[in-house]
Amino acid sequence: MQACLFYLFAALTLLCGVLVIANPFTRNPVTSAMFLVLTIVSLAGLFVLLHAFFLAAVQILVYAGAVMVLFLFVIMLLDLKEEERRKIKAGAGVLGLAAAGGIALLMIAVIRQSNAGVGLKPASAEGSTLDLGKRLFTDYALPFELISLVLLVAMIGTVLLSKKDLK
Amino acid sequence: MSGLDQIFVWIGHRAAGWFPASVQPLVSAVLAIAGVMAVFGTCFALTTLAERKVLGRMQNRFGPNRVGPYGLLQPLADAVKMLTKEDIVPFSADKTLHFLAPLVLTVPVWLAFAVLPFGRNMSAINLDAGILFFFAVGSASELAVFMAGWSSQNKYSLVGAMRAIAQMISYEVPLVLSVVPVLMLAGSLELNDIVAAQGTYTFGGLARWNVFTPWGLAGLILFLIAATAESNRSPFDLPEGESEIIAGFLTEYSGFKYALFFLGEYLGLFAVTGLAVTLFLGGWHAPFQWLEWVPSWFWFAAKFGALIFLFIWVRATLPRLRLDQLLNFSWRFLVPLSLINLLVAAAWYWTGAWKFPVVAPIRWLLCAALIALPYHWLGRALRGAMPPPRKYIYAE
Repeated sequence: MQACLFYLFAALTLLCGVLVIANPFTRNPVTSAMFLVLTIVSLAGLFVLLHAFFLAAVQILVYAGAVMVLFLFVIMLLDLKEEERRKIKAGAGVLGLAAAGGIALLMIAVIRQSNAGVGLKPASAEGSTLDLGKRLFTDYALPFELISLVLLVAMIGTVLLSKKDLK
Repeated sequence: MSGLDQIFVWIGHRAAGWFPASVQPLVSAVLAIAGVMAVFGTCFALTTLAERKVLGRMQNRFGPNRVGPYGLLQPLADAVKMLTKEDIVPFSADKTLHFLAPLVLTVPVWLAFAVLPFGRNMSAINLDAGILFFFAVGSASELAVFMAGWSSQNKYSLVGAMRAIAQMISYEVPLVLSVVPVLMLAGSLELNDIVAAQGTYTFGGLARWNVFTPWGLAGLILFLIAATAESNRSPFDLPEGESEIIAGFLTEYSGFKYALFFLGEYLGLFAVTGLAVTLFLGGWHAPFQWLEWVPSWFWFAAKFGALIFLFIWVRATLPRLRLDQLLNFSWRFLVPLSLINLLVAAAWYWTGAWKFPVVAPIRWLLCAALIALPYHWLGRALRGAMPPPRKYIYAE
């Protein structure tokens, strides 16, 4: 049952992820965005299979809820016809494929070297909210605060850019 | 006492007992789902009727009174009308998205009911991160609104969807922030723990609900305002403002799909109302100790009904806001106030250790002042930020 669900969600994640960037039927950005939502939801399903309910809920709340809606808001303001007419250049396609392949190779190599999963006990893999909170506020307090600084910079940038009389 | 209190739990156990042990968890899950869907489906029908009746009375007219005794069968007539109407899909619409939008709105909303405790031992699942699950499934409604508005390929639908999404994003922030003090003081994200934390009684047998504390009262009001906006109800219903943009993102929907949108909006309202009862009004606990003998599910239903009536009352009372007023109100008033409410909850927590005579009223007044003064200042700042009233030169 668990294994079945894992393969189902993994296949869905990969399939929808491919359809986000290379949909053979349509080049409509809205379709891509919808498949991105499906990718995020199936990733959350994988988190649930790991008993990480907190991460699954946050994944959906932040990415499918907030971030995707902002993407869609921008899409609504754009002229989509122009985007659909644009041709893909052959050189850019080859370069893009090469870059993606390089990153994939790098990640496979790193994951192979890292011995991921070795020495993990089932209990410590469980992402209960309490454990996660303790980790974030003790061991990882500094990185956690630094990430919030990145968000602050983005926020200040937005306020600055959206001011009307920019000198 | 306990017999009537646990009657639904008992029925569920007995019914599941008839099946072989291997499928019993599945059967009890299906029974819980069926129970929730039956109760809140009926609740939807009754609320549509009650809303029209109450609105009618408040506007000095009768409301529906033709179908059945006192108009009680009006929901049935409405259902027949909706189901037999022609389903029109615009020629240029994105057919897939147009079809999926009402489903994306309605299906996740049902999931939100899974974590709500409706009575003692009466919640479908006990999730470690229950409240996050609630908000996560609720975030699908923004997606549904976008799908409806964009797929209709119509200016009014698109404008309506943009208004709705701007409103939902803006009001989701105070909605979640007003919940955080409750989580802080209960020390848990699980809704059953939050209800249990409000389950003791203080002097005079009065319950320790969160609403009886300064931060709880402020939190409940903030939560209810944000919840009204999240469920697109008046006075925040300008995404569907019929005097300007026909029906907003619902313009191109008819028949059954329109009914599904209607259902989804009401179910969303029920879910946040149930959450407000759980977080601030003590869940299924009785208000006084000597009323403990009344079944717990009755208290949940009573508080739920009272809040739904409040929503209908507000709808009958307040006029619709303008878009700039709406966004200013959220970002300049509700968001800062809910952040300050966090600090007030922290102050309440620290002053809990104080030990001297008549500490309770002093502590209460101190924390109330901490939230009342920012309320006053923010309100004045908001009024100063608003553009002056428009002068209509041709309206002499």
